[in-house]
Amino acid sequence: MPVVKADLEACQGYANCVVGASDYFDLDDDGVVEILRTEVPEADRARVTEAARSCPVSALKVEEA
Amino acid sequence: MSAGTVVIVGSSIAGVRTAQSLRLEGFEGEIMLVGEETELPYDKPPLSKSVLAGTTDEDSIRLLTQEQADTDGIRLLLGYRAVGLDITENMLELEGHEPLHYDQLVVATGAAPRPSPWGQPPGIHVLRTLEDARELRRDLLRGGSLAVIGAGFIGAEAAATARSLGLDVTVIDPVPVPMSRIFNPEIGHWFGDLHRENGVNTMFGVGVESVEGEGGNFTVHLTNGKSVPAATVLVGIGVTPNDSWLSASGLLVDNGVVLNEYCQAVDAANVYAVGDVARWRHQKHGEDVRIEHWTNAVEQAACVAHNITHPDQPRAYTPIEYVWSDQHDWKIQVVGRVGGNVDHVVIGHPQIHGRFVALYTTDGTTLRGAAIVNWPKALLACRIGMAQGTTVQGLRDKLEPQLQPQPTGAS
Repeated sequence: MPVVKADLEACQGYANCVVGASDYFDLDDDGVVEILRTEVPEADRARVTEAARSCPVSALKVEEA
Repeated sequence: MSAGTVVIVGSSIAGVRTAQSLRLEGFEGEIMLVGEETELPYDKPPLSKSVLAGTTDEDSIRLLTQEQADTDGIRLLLGYRAVGLDITENMLELEGHEPLHYDQLVVATGAAPRPSPWGQPPGIHVLRTLEDARELRRDLLRGGSLAVIGAGFIGAEAAATARSLGLDVTVIDPVPVPMSRIFNPEIGHWFGDLHRENGVNTMFGVGVESVEGEGGNFTVHLTNGKSVPAATVLVGIGVTPNDSWLSASGLLVDNGVVLNEYCQAVDAANVYAVGDVARWRHQKHGEDVRIEHWTNAVEQAACVAHNITHPDQPRAYTPIEYVWSDQHDWKIQVVGRVGGNVDHVVIGHPQIHGRFVALYTTDGTTLRGAAIVNWPKALLACRIGMAQGTTVQGLRDKLEPQLQPQPTGAS
């Protein structure tokens, strides 16, 4: 199953991912992304990939596990 | 699933994301991505920040490599400028290349900086492309002072970057309070303070009469009789959509390609537009809207890809506006609509808390837009709040308890 990976150093807290998929992403108090669920079932793949791609600093990837 | 050939004109963020989103939506036909620049597609926001500062290398801002394009079955046709469109025959005309047939066309030609009204000899710059950024950086590294004409996002970001490189910087803008086209004056003043605290000379409320001299030794003459010496000049006075190549196409073009709520051209159902060049019917605002921001390009690309692949279930495009700007140590984020003469509530203060949010409302209750500085949780609350219809009071109740005075003063 594909998994979500985050580059916490790159994250700048733009929150596009949370707006795109709030069931997978959140921001902590410092504005760094929190991954709420790592595994992405096929039914969610397009939506979560779009949310990851909406990151302005490419801090998120959906990859094959 | 739909097939045929989709031709995308424009290889910046809106065009690239349309191509990628088409594949994500399962599009099985041919995708051609045509770009005027010979460069592999790259991302523009870093150009006034990390690329100009030299802290990011060019490879890391590529939006698409040849390998990724091959993997996704995206044919790249770079270095060709679109010069015309025949919407009867479905043909795209290119300079120096035979015309391309399309079944669906996506116009993503973006916008171009307004040229300098004071001439553009070497040393007077605009900043839009990677090559623009390289040339400006080359001049900044020669040292000397920088004069920035225009205190909008690009000018303000480039000024902050030049300060970080140790240059003397003057920002000139005819508007008395910077950013007051976007925000209310109280907050605009804070932006002015931010620049001055970081060593930028500001000359607001005064225009530029002329620029004399040559690269390395310019004199910027102001309308108040004063002058500013500068080794390098950057002109950041806005952009205009790249739509003139469509003027004879029969498509309705009016400060951008005019589209319906599904981002289809009003005169041709198989022509779409995305990004800075697109003016579409925003159903929630009840008016035609054109937005020059990164997030809009990404969201609009996804919507158009959906509408091309799901013609029976098209989605109306009704985004909540979002833009960010990094200036000195401020991360500025704007959600929704903040312009115009509307009421506002400010929570926090840059000197006391190092963060603040301004909530804008027309009726005193409903959130219309927000400007957020250095406050991630407030950003999230405002973006989600806008989508869910949160009230201004609801956001105050949530955000005011989060404020803590910052003993160090300014952030």
